[in-house]
Amino acid sequence: MRVPVSWLREYVDLPEGLSTEDLAARLTAFDLKLEEIVSSGISGPLVVGRVLALVKEEQKNGKTINWCRVDVGAHNDPSVPDAPGEDVPSRGIICGAHNFVEGDLVVVSLPGTMLPALGFEISARKTYGHVSDGMICSGAELGVPGDADGIIVLAPGSAQPGDDAVALLGLDEEVLDLEVNPDRAYALSLRGVARDASIAFGVPFHDPADLEAAAVPSAGPGAYPVDVQDPSACPVFAAVTVTGVDPKASTPAWLAQRIELAGMRSISLAVDVTNYVMLELGMPIHGYDRDLLQGTLVVRRAAEGEQLTTLDGVTRTLTSADAVVADDRGPVGLGGVMGGEQVEMTPATTDIVVEAAVWGAPMIARTARTQRLTSEAAKRNERGVDPTLGARAVRRVADLLVEHGGGTLEDGLTLLGEPPVRSDIVLKADLPARITGVDIDTVTAVEALEANGCAVEVDHEWLTVTPPPWRPDLTDPYDVVEDVLRVVGYDQVPSVIPVAPAGRGLTTAQKLRRRAGTVLAGEGLVEVKTFPFAGPSDFDRMGLAPDDVRRRQVLLENPLSAEDPGMTTTLLSGLLRSLALNIGRGHADVHITETGRVFLPRAEAAEAPVYGVDHRPTDTELAAFESALPEQPHHVGLVMSGERVRSGWAGPGRPATWADAIAVVRHVATSMHVDVTVEAAAVAPWHPGRCAAIVVDGETVGHAGELHPRVLKAYGLPPRVVAAEIDLDAVIAASPAVGPRPEFSSYPVAKEDLALVVDASVPAGPLERTLASASPLIESARLFDVYVGSQVPEGHKSLAFALRLRAPDRTLTDDDIRGAREAAVSAANQATGATLRT
Amino acid sequence: MSAPNSSYDPVEVTPLRSDEIERMRDEALAAVAAARSLDDLKQVRIDHVGDRSPIALANREIGALQPQARKEAGQRVGQARGAISQALAARTAELEAAEEEAALVSETVDVTLPWDVSPVGARHPVTTLSEHIADVFVAMGWEIAEGPEVEAEWLNFDALNLGPDHPARTMQDTFWVTPEKAAMVLRTHTSPVQARTMLTRTPPIYVACPGRVFRTDELDATHSPVFHQVEGLAIDKGLSMAHLKGTIDHFAQAIYGDGMTTRFRPSYFPFTEPSAEMDLLCYVCHNEPDAVASCRTCKGEGWVEWGGCGVVNPRVLIACGVDPEVYSGFAFGIGIDRTITSRYDIADLRDLFDGDIRFTEPFGVEL
Repeated sequence: MRVPVSWLREYVDLPEGLSTEDLAARLTAFDLKLEEIVSSGISGPLVVGRVLALVKEEQKNGKTINWCRVDVGAHNDPSVPDAPGEDVPSRGIICGAHNFVEGDLVVVSLPGTMLPALGFEISARKTYGHVSDGMICSGAELGVPGDADGIIVLAPGSAQPGDDAVALLGLDEEVLDLEVNPDRAYALSLRGVARDASIAFGVPFHDPADLEAAAVPSAGPGAYPVDVQDPSACPVFAAVTVTGVDPKASTPAWLAQRIELAGMRSISLAVDVTNYVMLELGMPIHGYDRDLLQGTLVVRRAAEGEQLTTLDGVTRTLTSADAVVADDRGPVGLGGVMGGEQVEMTPATTDIVVEAAVWGAPMIARTARTQRLTSEAAKRNERGVDPTLGARAVRRVADLLVEHGGGTLEDGLTLLGEPPVRSDIVLKADLPARITGVDIDTVTAVEALEANGCAVEVDHEWLTVTPPPWRPDLTDPYDVVEDVLRVVGYDQVPSVIPVAPAGRGLTTAQKLRRRAGTVLAGEGLVEVKTFPFAGPSDFDRMGLAPDDVRRRQVLLENPLSAEDPGMTTTLLSGLLRSLALNIGRGHADVHITETGRVFLPRAEAAEAPVYGVDHRPTDTELAAFESALPEQPHHVGLVMSGERVRSGWAGPGRPATWADAIAVVRHVATSMHVDVTVEAAAVAPWHPGRCAAIVVDGETVGHAGELHPRVLKAYGLPPRVVAAEIDLDAVIAASPAVGPRPEFSSYPVAKEDLALVVDASVPAGPLERTLASASPLIESARLFDVYVGSQVPEGHKSLAFALRLRAPDRTLTDDDIRGAREAAVSAANQATGATLRT
Repeated sequence: MSAPNSSYDPVEVTPLRSDEIERMRDEALAAVAAARSLDDLKQVRIDHVGDRSPIALANREIGALQPQARKEAGQRVGQARGAISQALAARTAELEAAEEEAALVSETVDVTLPWDVSPVGARHPVTTLSEHIADVFVAMGWEIAEGPEVEAEWLNFDALNLGPDHPARTMQDTFWVTPEKAAMVLRTHTSPVQARTMLTRTPPIYVACPGRVFRTDELDATHSPVFHQVEGLAIDKGLSMAHLKGTIDHFAQAIYGDGMTTRFRPSYFPFTEPSAEMDLLCYVCHNEPDAVASCRTCKGEGWVEWGGCGVVNPRVLIACGVDPEVYSGFAFGIGIDRTITSRYDIADLRDLFDGDIRFTEPFGVEL
């Protein structure tokens, strides 16, 4: 809401000398938050000048310029200036515009004037062969209403040369741009802001709606026929008719200036007056050209599919949730939101039906939302207007039209409906103190509420509060508390730390997610945060099969880009984009990770329930949320490109390989005491021969390995990028509450190496586990060499394992060692057909 | 060697004369001192105290003396040998130290050679600041609550006193899940976690809820469709705005240091009443008279906007099954991303989310 300070001062006796900054600060503390103080920003000598002489000079570029001698009174150059005509004190100025003549009063910015519209300071300069010692200003250059392109020509006799034009043109006006919260509808008016200022400063308020009672017309023959068929949509409808308005009458300058300062455009007298009264009283007004109306105005709900072209030229399809004003031919306005094009006031309009109606606020909000139409009227009507204002508002408009347009107020007021009856608010007198923690006694609370316009009855410890009509937001006891507190002052609230009961700290899952983050950073990975939006183009680049479950997304009605129509099902979509960005920015070795949720829709499309809010939903009702919402597990994803061990002076490095991807996720799992097994898999987007399934308790929780070359090509990434993604929630769920008991023997170790020849297709990982569990004496088995070549048969490989043998209770004998070794060989043979290499 | 003397006649044996012994001793000591290496010293040991050394040979002559002279000669030889052994030991230690030092000098390396073979990991500041904040509240006995990011419309709006036609609901530019009748949204704030907590726990409740939230803002230097908040909720008997202020002040001090304070300005949120905006004392200029005017962080205000807060609206308590006649509570929320951008003077919010590793790296593993 833009509030010109001089206009505000008309309704509230603000202290003399109060600075605009201090006024704004106090209003901010009163819940009318200052966004900014708007001013013209013009500074310096901007003065009135009279054109004494004017010579038109044609230039080589085809332009004609005016070489002028201008009298600027006290600002004249005392020496003889370079100017046409008689040598008298004056200034010489060059001007390119032609809508003025000798003798006209113009506005001159002298050297030193700062004009924000131009962005620089005016100075004397040589141009077109003369010195131009200032500038004759246009409306656009000064940012004032009117013919923007032409020079401003002041009415003869309205000023003297040398007069300060800043004050004359109202360029010294300051405007408060206030942020108005949805609960303070009344502050979308000068009346409301002025009333709050009067409370804030404790000074008298002059209500612009206080018209003399007699001035409000009563029913009469000139009243336009109106039929409100749905009072729930429109509880109050007021209208008067003004005839014979001079269509050529222009808006008085002060009125045009006020509405322009308030951020609206001056259009015509009739339109400007309706806007002016809306700004003044907060009551949206609509004017109809009476000659274009046919028959009774009917207020009703729209028929489904009914159409209306509104003032903004948009043809809208309505529903029965919207209200319309209609005449015999159909809708002529979208009730409370915007008028119709068909009966719009035109430059020829002389007879005007002025409407001020009260509309159902929730209905207006819904219409504005579904029609995506935010008008000044809707903004006020959806928050709630003072429902008692209707008759006074139309009278105020009529008076201005009569005064400035020469019209006649027809005898007769249309006034249908009554302001809705509102309930009193009953609260304990100590509620303000209890809720705010400030020592507020009953007297203070009552005074504060009365200052806000409430009527208060005190009955022992109970207060009965009747809110004023302009405060539709006051409905609950806590609302009343806020109004008391803003008078007492939010800065009075003391600071007391509450004592919470003993807490249990972080949950296991929270702790383990942190642990995963620390492990990943320790592994040299840099955490990134990407947006969880993705779409088919990601899945195509990843090479996901058409029936891949990860193509099933939670889709959005209003995604920001068509590329990303929904929520991602894999963290790799964001990580691969980030990797490409990093490589594009010249990083060679990029190891990045992300931990976040992925979104997996339910197999059956589900709808979340919507309940009432007057009581808690039952447990069964609450469970319905969980079964409808998509699954949203936390995943960990990572991609690594370039060297894992960097090359340098100490020797060659080592690229990140498929094995590093597996090792990192294994490290994450083991940090949570979760035992991971690794199995060969062939899953997109991984290389089918270099992809591992990460298995926990028999369930696959993710994959790791090298990415498919085609995927890398699709993303424009270098070869051999490796990646992993695991379901972190699943790993956390498998984490035991207590880690394994440390178990070790202090007897000596025996070391045995074992080379086994197996078919080349036999995976080494399971064989290692087979050996480790072949005998209770085997403490560990570790693969240390893989050999393929002439020493083993074609199609076979040799796997060499180091066994560590130890007994818990004795030193091993040669027989023990031989027995364990034989057990290992035999277990390997049974499992894979392995034979001892000879 | 002379034959044993059994005659008890005084006999003179030249090598055992005291001047001879002293000469042998002095020669030995001179040789020890002259040794330049442990190898030299080994030879000195052989030459002067070995089996064939003059002093060893002299010692064998003792038997040739008459018995009463043997003791004195033995003492003389023993003292000389002792002196030589001592000198040898001392010189050995000296030379060992010198040789070790020389060896170490020869092994000197250039320790300034860069050793950067292993990648250094780092955690995103949104993560680490969220954890830091969580720790502040856990230390106060609060717990950390979480909830889904695709959320039921009812929990994101209705339960929080944002009815279907509430003006504030249109202020929040919401991502809706397809189809619209599914009544699901990307949560626009972490407040549905508060609703979930009240719906499933019995007061007293003290929880903080950090998390990722969504609004349909186009990404630019100061807006992001995806951002992060932390909200707090306390429900107990007798809670007031004073407890809210105390909690916020403590929170500000824990994050920004001692002496930090906050101020409240009236505001509006559907889920709180009364509601307030909270401003943080500018952590750069501290609103000091001589610094505030030129302060870039607060633009001369002395305060920076930090978040919103208020007393939980009884309508929210009712929808979430908490009896407003018995309990009251407060709630607050701040933006994590904005806290980071303002704290670290990051001009472009997009830096947080495009994944350039140079953004995260300086933050290390903990803030």
